[in-house]
Amino acid sequence: MKYKDGVILAADTLASYGSEARYKDVCRLKKVGEYTLLGGGGELSDFQYLSDQLDEMADEDWLNEDGCFMGPKEYSSYIGRVMYNRRSKFNPLYNQFVVVGKKKDEPAHLMYVDHQGTAFEENFVATGFGMHLGIPLLRNSWRADMSLDEAKALATKCLEVCFYRDCRAYCKIHIGVCNGTSVDISAPIPLNHFWGHGAWTEKRLEDDDPTATW
Amino acid sequence: MDCITWSPAGRILQVEYAMEAVKQGTPVLGLRSKTHVVLVSFKRAQSELANHQQKIFKVDDHMAIGISGLTADARVLADYMRNECLNHRYVFDSAMNVGRLVAQVADKSQQKTQNSSKRPYGVGLLVAGCDEKGPHLFETCPSGNYFEYYAMAIGGRSTSAKTYLEKHFEEFESADLDALIKHGLEAMNKTTSSDQSLTTKNTTVAVISDKYRELSSEEMQKFIDGLEKKEDEPMEDEPAPAAASGDAPDAPAPMDTSG
Repeated sequence: MKYKDGVILAADTLASYGSEARYKDVCRLKKVGEYTLLGGGGELSDFQYLSDQLDEMADEDWLNEDGCFMGPKEYSSYIGRVMYNRRSKFNPLYNQFVVVGKKKDEPAHLMYVDHQGTAFEENFVATGFGMHLGIPLLRNSWRADMSLDEAKALATKCLEVCFYRDCRAYCKIHIGVCNGTSVDISAPIPLNHFWGHGAWTEKRLEDDDPTATW
Repeated sequence: MDCITWSPAGRILQVEYAMEAVKQGTPVLGLRSKTHVVLVSFKRAQSELANHQQKIFKVDDHMAIGISGLTADARVLADYMRNECLNHRYVFDSAMNVGRLVAQVADKSQQKTQNSSKRPYGVGLLVAGCDEKGPHLFETCPSGNYFEYYAMAIGGRSTSAKTYLEKHFEEFESADLDALIKHGLEAMNKTTSSDQSLTTKNTTVAVISDKYRELSSEEMQKFIDGLEKKEDEPMEDEPAPAAASGDAPDAPAPMDTSG
């Protein structure tokens, strides 16, 4: 989501193999160029492939040696074009991306791009279960002038809800921040999750009854 | 004699002859300030019946070129540049970096100088554009070289314009748009021979910032009216004050109404 001085992005650290929680320490956020952050959901190998391509583009950018670097608008537009072209050739990169960034004094940029080539700019986006569980929370609480701490708290809360309710999510996250001068990806942050609810822990009559399955 | 033959003096004569073609064209000049680039061209008409030949081409909202030399070659390069800019806008949703496009044009030009069955482009371009680093003015040559300038003039009798520009270029950086245009027209005025003068028909002034704009005839006439008189010694000019254009001249303005 965008906040007062830029934009943040958060993702959990899980790479699943179908339903199996296979790799639990994966950073799904990537710094691209000087000002941009790419968050990828979906097929991890396609995310890695595109990341390599974008690194090559960033190198070519640097090779021009003219002090001009591509910003989030350029990268997100490029990724959108690539995704749409791949889907049109029936060979998609099976991902849902969130491309965020802030280039110096330009306004913050936040773009959603997915495997169908859908691309749009918004103040806050989410992919996967985040779209169903997180977006309502964001709609209630997001404001354009949020401070960084408020934005981080809101993102963390959304991912906590996702962890509770999405059985293929995970309780460790990264938060990335773009504020116009730097792009920082945090160390892994463990989420709080509480399982001591009375309804969950109290002994009930049904527990002894082998026929009940609730 | 072709492009792949060196002369005994270590030169490629075909490339140099191509640069001669640039000098045969009518003059075009450009100058930049902190905020704008201005291109001024002096157009030739084939005959009394003909329109004046276009010398300034819009490449994109933020970029334009002024040409001198073979117009047909220039149109090929303008087409190439327009395509590159459009593709860049489509893929990256932003304006193309001016220096990078000029480098691409230069590389294209260089390929023609290292080929036995091709000839160099016979046109020099003044590329004026604004990108994230501000306004730029570049010159490209048939040789494949390119240079960036504060102000430059190419084409026939451009040395007189260059002398004026060299004298005044330190004022350009902080000049406002009107002053910049005035300097451009004064410099162009120096290139006309004694029986010619600048008119709204044979002159074009283009202003490039984040958009491209050509001055209308009325706007141009006001500047032309304020130009120094031809009788003045060209080398002894006082810098023209950046004052209001439209000072009433004593003598009737040298308006050439070509039928």
